[in-house]
Amino acid sequence: MLNRTAENVARATPEPLARKVRGISDKGLAWLFISPTILLLLAINIFPLFWAIYLSFTNFRANRPNEVVKNLGFANYQRILADKDIWIAMQTTAHFVFWTILLQTLIGFTLAWLIDRKFRGHAFWTTLILVPMMLSPAVVGNFWRFLYEPQIGLFAYAISFVTGIPPTNIQMLSNVSLAPWSIIIVDTWMWTPYVMLICLAGLRSIPEYIYEAAEVDRASNWRQFWSITLPMALPFIMLAVLFRGIENFKMFDMVNLLTGGGPGSTTEVASITLKRQAFESWRTGYSSAFAIILFVAVFGLANIYVKALNKVKQR
Amino acid sequence: MTLTSPQKRKSRWPVWARRGLMENIATVLIALGFLMLFQPFALSLYTYSFITMLAGTVMFIIVSKFPE
Repeated sequence: MLNRTAENVARATPEPLARKVRGISDKGLAWLFISPTILLLLAINIFPLFWAIYLSFTNFRANRPNEVVKNLGFANYQRILADKDIWIAMQTTAHFVFWTILLQTLIGFTLAWLIDRKFRGHAFWTTLILVPMMLSPAVVGNFWRFLYEPQIGLFAYAISFVTGIPPTNIQMLSNVSLAPWSIIIVDTWMWTPYVMLICLAGLRSIPEYIYEAAEVDRASNWRQFWSITLPMALPFIMLAVLFRGIENFKMFDMVNLLTGGGPGSTTEVASITLKRQAFESWRTGYSSAFAIILFVAVFGLANIYVKALNKVKQR
Repeated sequence: MTLTSPQKRKSRWPVWARRGLMENIATVLIALGFLMLFQPFALSLYTYSFITMLAGTVMFIIVSKFPE
């Protein structure tokens, strides 16, 4: 059937084109097929990267495209790396990344471990837990703003019910010490299911006979967890941490929707500073240099991480 | 008759430039640069973080092609 279709297609091909195709080697044909994808990749991923590297050495401003572009050398990089505000934004980013990853990994793995018990209705609970991850960040940001409202928000009422503090005093988004945590809570709520899903895949991949052998050797549940479950699920946990780490370094939407970097600059993460420099101050060259610094940081860390992941897998 | 395993051909690549050692040095540089970038203690460490990280990353890319 397939041969007949191929023959029909070959017969229908115009002779000049068929002659040309016959002259192409298998390798050439393979390149011909993958070249549109490669061209698209170059246009969408590689070209903007090199363009940003070029812009990072100039004083280009996107709002003044007709102005003469001067080459500044490494001046943009020097300015960024001596700027105290950007240094503080980096620390804020590190604070977010550390706590979100820690909480998401701990809660995500625990949920995966519980779901893996295969109790009655576990499929229903899995679907329910996955719902936050499927929502748009814009929707999540907006309804958490309502939840955090001191006057009408459910969150403030829940905290007030537990602690006895009046709900009007619980100002999550405008309090300097609570605002960073309000974003950490929302990000954890939204992305823990993602970590759970990856961990669940890891736990499901552990063969049952290993546990049976451990039972024969009379290993306790605790011992089985530390010697079988955790080491075998570790590559998956590390993968989840890598994905979430890269995403959280770029965290923008949630911060922008919830606090916009405020109060003051307490929640101003690197991506918010970058957006302000690029689209409010219109310092395109400067912000390109900042983006390249962030890119090198994430790329370098991902390299180390992939190396560690390979080591864990080889064990 | 005794069976002897075929002797491995000795690589002319210098021992100090083997992948394992070089990758470890690059990893230390990246990690150091990363910590310097996000630490809250000294602005001067932050200033030199990017160059440390960049050196480590470029080194990692190059030495990961070296023979083991």
